[in-house]
Amino acid sequence: MEDLSFRHPVRSRADGARRSAIIGVVASGNLEVLVERVLPDAECAIEIRTVAVGFGDVWSAVIGDFVERYSPGGLKFSINDGGARPDTVSLRLAQAVRLIAENGQ
Amino acid sequence: MIAPLKDITPAERARSTSFNEASARTRLELLLDAGSFVEFIGPEQREVSPHLKIFDLPEQFDDGIVVGRGNLDGSPVFVAAQEGRFMGGAFGEVHGAKLTGLLRAARQIGSIPVLILFDTGGVRLQEANAGELAIAEIMRAVMEARSAGVKVIGLIGGRSGCYGGGGLIAGCCSALAVSEPGRIAVSGPEVIETNRGVEEFDSRDRALVWRTMGGKHRRLLGAADVFADDNVQDFREAARELLRLVGPFSLDRLRAEQERLAQRLRRFGACEDAVDIWTEEGIPDAETVPELPADQFVALANRIGRTSRDAR
Amino acid sequence: MTTWENNRSARDARIAAGASLANGKVVETQDVTRLLEAVLRPGDRVCLEGDNQKQADLLSRALLAIDVSKVNDLHMVQSGVVLPEHLDLFDRGVAKRLDYAYSGPQSARIARMLFGGKIELGAVHTYLELFARYFIDLTPNVALIAAVSADRDGNLYTGPNTEDTPTVVEATAFKDGVVIAQVNEIVETVPRVDIPADRVHFIVRADKPFFVEPLFTRDPAAITEGQILTAMLAIKGVYAPYGVQRLNHGIGFSTAAIELLLPTFGERLGLKGRIATHFALNPHPALIPAIESGWVRQIHSFGSEVGMDDYIRARSDVYFTGPDGSLRSNRAFCQTAGLYACDMFIGSTLQIDLQGNSSTVTTSRIAGFGGAPNMGADARGRRHPSEPWLRAGAEADPDGSALMRRGRKLVVQIGETFGDKNVPLFVEKLDAIELAEKLKLDLAPVMIYGDDVTHVVTEEGVANLLLCRTAQEREQAIRGVAGYTDVGRRRDHGMVSRLRERGVIRRPEDLGINPLDADRSLLAARSIKDLVRWSGGLYAPPSKFRNW
Repeated sequence: MEDLSFRHPVRSRADGARRSAIIGVVASGNLEVLVERVLPDAECAIEIRTVAVGFGDVWSAVIGDFVERYSPGGLKFSINDGGARPDTVSLRLAQAVRLIAENGQ
Repeated sequence: MIAPLKDITPAERARSTSFNEASARTRLELLLDAGSFVEFIGPEQREVSPHLKIFDLPEQFDDGIVVGRGNLDGSPVFVAAQEGRFMGGAFGEVHGAKLTGLLRAARQIGSIPVLILFDTGGVRLQEANAGELAIAEIMRAVMEARSAGVKVIGLIGGRSGCYGGGGLIAGCCSALAVSEPGRIAVSGPEVIETNRGVEEFDSRDRALVWRTMGGKHRRLLGAADVFADDNVQDFREAARELLRLVGPFSLDRLRAEQERLAQRLRRFGACEDAVDIWTEEGIPDAETVPELPADQFVALANRIGRTSRDAR
Repeated sequence: MTTWENNRSARDARIAAGASLANGKVVETQDVTRLLEAVLRPGDRVCLEGDNQKQADLLSRALLAIDVSKVNDLHMVQSGVVLPEHLDLFDRGVAKRLDYAYSGPQSARIARMLFGGKIELGAVHTYLELFARYFIDLTPNVALIAAVSADRDGNLYTGPNTEDTPTVVEATAFKDGVVIAQVNEIVETVPRVDIPADRVHFIVRADKPFFVEPLFTRDPAAITEGQILTAMLAIKGVYAPYGVQRLNHGIGFSTAAIELLLPTFGERLGLKGRIATHFALNPHPALIPAIESGWVRQIHSFGSEVGMDDYIRARSDVYFTGPDGSLRSNRAFCQTAGLYACDMFIGSTLQIDLQGNSSTVTTSRIAGFGGAPNMGADARGRRHPSEPWLRAGAEADPDGSALMRRGRKLVVQIGETFGDKNVPLFVEKLDAIELAEKLKLDLAPVMIYGDDVTHVVTEEGVANLLLCRTAQEREQAIRGVAGYTDVGRRRDHGMVSRLRERGVIRRPEDLGINPLDADRSLLAARSIKDLVRWSGGLYAPPSKFRNW
């Protein structure tokens, strides 16, 4: 296992009022993303625990693109990763942002 | 089979969502009245397994089981749903404790039924002792809850089936609903093949696996009480039906269940294959049972009528 | 004095030697090895029928059991090296030299045996290429073939899996060779005559039906969101703009996803009748929903597929069927159809390099070529025009004279940027080159050459290589859809965004596709069971694909 952590300044606050949301499952080639609205509006953080060791630079690239594109201000993402491909990671992160923007608790 | 559009009703969405394919969370969302689900010990509390880290294995924030309460047609229910894709839905210490706790709460309140959405291969190898203990605790908790008047309904239709300790717990429930892809057994196909040889049981012969352990056979044998088509709405309706049908629990009922099982063994004990049992039941063209569409199968099963409503 | 009938006399002598073991043409199962010892001569060229689907498995076993002091050093000329027995022949010394096309499940062992010098390799071919050589310089002396049934005269019914048989028999029987057929049963009258009796010299009844691999069945339950997104991009970014009606699909999950999106996503785009109407394609179960929804007018097939027989029989408007009602497949004709009469090939691969060359070879596996290179190649001999072909030609050469400009076949490589076990699809150097160096081959085993490839589709977007004007643009177009692979991350961002402005690269948002909409609910069938339902119960999947 490897732990990775990223913090990015962001342009704007993420939409919605929901406090938290979760998407995905931890399985081979899959991951879960828990997203919580716990940070100041101009920040976002991503904490990762992954079975695939040594892919820090790929994660960094995936997360850089994600933050640039979705501007998830105020959100903390916690990821348990079962060795998902980068495109699956991008998709789950985008799904998490969509889910926390929905109505509900 | 055609893709749903955004503006459909929850019931339509539940009807078009495969129970087998859906995640534990989606199953609960669509099984219960819209927006009524409240989770206990949610993923944000991070009550993860204390054992997996030692094996350098990934954790899941809910340890593979979602527990909470919600409404079914406006009436409160407790629910637990296993996530069959995380470690095959297997029971570990935290996973088991969440279900035990839910059942004990139900016993204390006494009037709120419990729905367990099984999706499990059994006990997690990496926390075997804790997992086995959890199975025993859950079985006891189920029986105590039932003794206190709580109906405990099992819904089985996930990809991991309901195996090992899951099969034992299911056997303790007040009633079960199962779908065609759902499987119920204690020893899984690979376990049987490993122990008894491929001549005894070829685990790769999936038609054999399903006609031995699958939902249709379990319904025809009376091990499951209701057959649901593989969509969440059908399971919702099955749960409603079972909550209506299940009677009070007593020692007489347990004795009746024992007698039902003994009689079943006497009648079918010599059969070599599920098809022989179905033929013995008087089903014409028994070998075509696996091909029957759900509605025709339900009609057939109701005609055979082998359920356990006077037993369990 | 010159004699001109030596081969015929030799053939007659072989048949005479075998005749003592036969009752008419029928040889009992236990006598097959002795028959082969009587008919074969050391060093013979032998075609042991087998491809990616059906296998003359009884005859393989019989040949393997042969007395090596009588028969040895055979030169095997066969489509498929698929059964373990096919390679055991070389271990035992029954055979020495090999020319073949496809080795699927034996790809790792064949590589080891080639390295170990156990096999003298002629060449690895495409199917069509090997068939062609049967008529020029690799004509078999003896063909060992498989059929469903025979009558006492030797007329053969090859059934839905006719595949290579007519080609193999044509080359052997008309050039003084001997044809021996294994059949599942001997009947009074065959359902239809696929091979006339005068081309068949001996028939053997097999103890069990010949083996057929269900190679073209893809379980919809295993299709991922990434594959669905990629399929959506292909439909909207390639099928729709070119109006591709005549085509061939590969066997991967991405193309299965396309087949399952036609009646849903494709229908919403109003593409029914405008794309995907005529196929050179095996009977893919995943195409059932599109057929049932009225998308598909006609399909010609290389072979059949396990479980599809009854469905095909009930859909003769779509498939080619015989007077008996069952499918008639023919690999040689279908390969030709795919090469000359289709405007597009779309399929996946294991590795793509910076020039667009692709290969399914890894350093430890030689899977062979099969049919993909013929499907995935521009046919230089093509002369009939069609809209997609002309449009592709115009994109490649916008300034050329319309009357003198060749069209181009659309050759589309589709895949996710990372494959199984997170292995990147895009590489700087193909493993095939390393293998060729190691084995001292004259030619690296390239599946599809980059200059034939017109589009690369991944979850990141569509790269239209027809619009690239320089090698550098081409490389950046490929890097620009290579996602987070090393190849993708080493892109020139400025150049990639200029390519995007020109429409050389098109992202999901450029095509009006939201990746979040790529959901499994879009699939017309999400399980094998759904396919059975779509077929009205006519499709009978093999046990390994069932969950009921």
